[in-house]
Amino acid sequence: MTLVDERSAHTEVVPRASVRAVTKVFSQGSQAVTALDGIDLDVTPGEFVTVLGASGCGKSTLLQLLAGLDKPTSGTVETSSQPALMFQESALFPWLTAAGNVELALKLAGVPRKERPERVQELLELVRLGAAGDRRVHELSGGQRQRIALARSLGQGADLLLMDEPFAALDAITRDVLHEELSDLWQRTGMSVVFVTHNVREAVRLGQRVVLLSSRPGRVLRTWDIELSQPRTIEDPGVGALSAEITAALRQEISRHAAA
Amino acid sequence: MPQPDLVKESPELASVSDGLDALEQAPPRRRRIDWTAIVAPILVLAAFVGIWHFVWWTAWKPESTLPSPATVGQSLWTSITDGTALEAVWTSLSRAILGFAIAVVAGTVLGVLVGQFSLLRKGFRPILSALQSLPSVAWVPFAIMWFSLSPGTIYFVILMGAVPSIANGLIGGLDQTPPLLRKAGVVLGAGRLQLIRKVLLPAALPTYLTGLKQGWAFSWRSLMAAEVIVNSPDLGTGLGQLLENGREMLDMPSVIASIFLILVVGVVVELCVFAPIERKVLRDRGLSASGL
Repeated sequence: MTLVDERSAHTEVVPRASVRAVTKVFSQGSQAVTALDGIDLDVTPGEFVTVLGASGCGKSTLLQLLAGLDKPTSGTVETSSQPALMFQESALFPWLTAAGNVELALKLAGVPRKERPERVQELLELVRLGAAGDRRVHELSGGQRQRIALARSLGQGADLLLMDEPFAALDAITRDVLHEELSDLWQRTGMSVVFVTHNVREAVRLGQRVVLLSSRPGRVLRTWDIELSQPRTIEDPGVGALSAEITAALRQEISRHAAA
Repeated sequence: MPQPDLVKESPELASVSDGLDALEQAPPRRRRIDWTAIVAPILVLAAFVGIWHFVWWTAWKPESTLPSPATVGQSLWTSITDGTALEAVWTSLSRAILGFAIAVVAGTVLGVLVGQFSLLRKGFRPILSALQSLPSVAWVPFAIMWFSLSPGTIYFVILMGAVPSIANGLIGGLDQTPPLLRKAGVVLGAGRLQLIRKVLLPAALPTYLTGLKQGWAFSWRSLMAAEVIVNSPDLGTGLGQLLENGREMLDMPSVIASIFLILVVGVVVELCVFAPIERKVLRDRGLSASGL
């Protein structure tokens, strides 16, 4: 299990995830809702893609499809391996300790029992909660829970991490710190990330590429490649300027629904 | 393979992050024993015995119907010292434990199987709930006609009393498992059996425990009902038989002493076995234990 994909350096680029002409329709007949309509998306090794959209743009649906939790109505979704998925809530198992949660991920990934304690400690230290292994989930703060959830995801050894508004429920300061930690970890591990959010600045601050989805049905409206250098902060003028541009596009898309 | 920690993060980020953790750390809660919860029931019990003694003293009912607390205490003490009480408690308790153990296996297997399929769940739950509300005494005549006056009758009645509660508790717990945790398990790569063992069953544990506790209470009640009715010298003397023998001999002190013993066994098992397990499970998950 490697945190870094060794192939990416010297072989041709095989996408970590490849979404082709994907449509997802929920229920049938007159009540049918088209959540996603003709989505194409490639995620290359080591790439950080943020997916942005208002309510009803099917961004969570897209992650569910990528994670293999649901099947597309038409089109194909391919991933190089089972991706890891983080939710808005930590989804940690409350009957296990922080370390126990991380260990379960290792066990399910087939890491031999002997090697697990050391790997657990490494992963906990990676999210800088090396001393919190014995804590129960309810004894952790919201930010700590998401960091343990991140350690658990990394423990899966996946080369693609899917994040479904993982910081939406956190206070601003904690979110800011976690942005920094996530950017940092991403650069250190070389994994690919698909990060879904409705927060424009968050999308610009974290991503290399921002994909804006329309709502009902969800289509790719526009894509921005972000040339700003990392590390960056949410206050950087460049982040602000691009955020303003993307926000304008997002507002225009949302207004369209008022007229309809 | 490059190690993730080759690039060090900034010390400033580390200190801000640690500071946040320190601030958000809830102060450790101190647990204290609530003495009033222990003293109050004792006071109520003492008042009850006092009133009983007073009513007896007014000689409102004949001694054979309403003996004094002292006479009952005497009878209880005699049965303890001559070994009949201990033998009866052991006979009943061993039956209850064996019956309950079988019921746990049967109820758990039934619960896991039914819990996997929504159609089975929908079909079984109302029937299990109905069986739960059926007094298990109702099974005694049925069981006697099947198994006559044998241990089989007693165990059958215990099973019919306990299995529905246990299975229902487990199915309820599986039903209430947050879909998010199930998804998390699937994404972590758990297969069907691993998902049951590592995610669904642990998630269902608190509700399952409630079912087990109720199942034990039903086992004990069913056993007493069975023992009172199924009274044969071959079967040995359990608490229910002791109670029934007291009635046949018109020995009211012995009847009341037997009721007391039945009550005590039930309370002791609840307090010494189920309450600590339940407390631990709930505390680990940050849920507060109801009652004790």
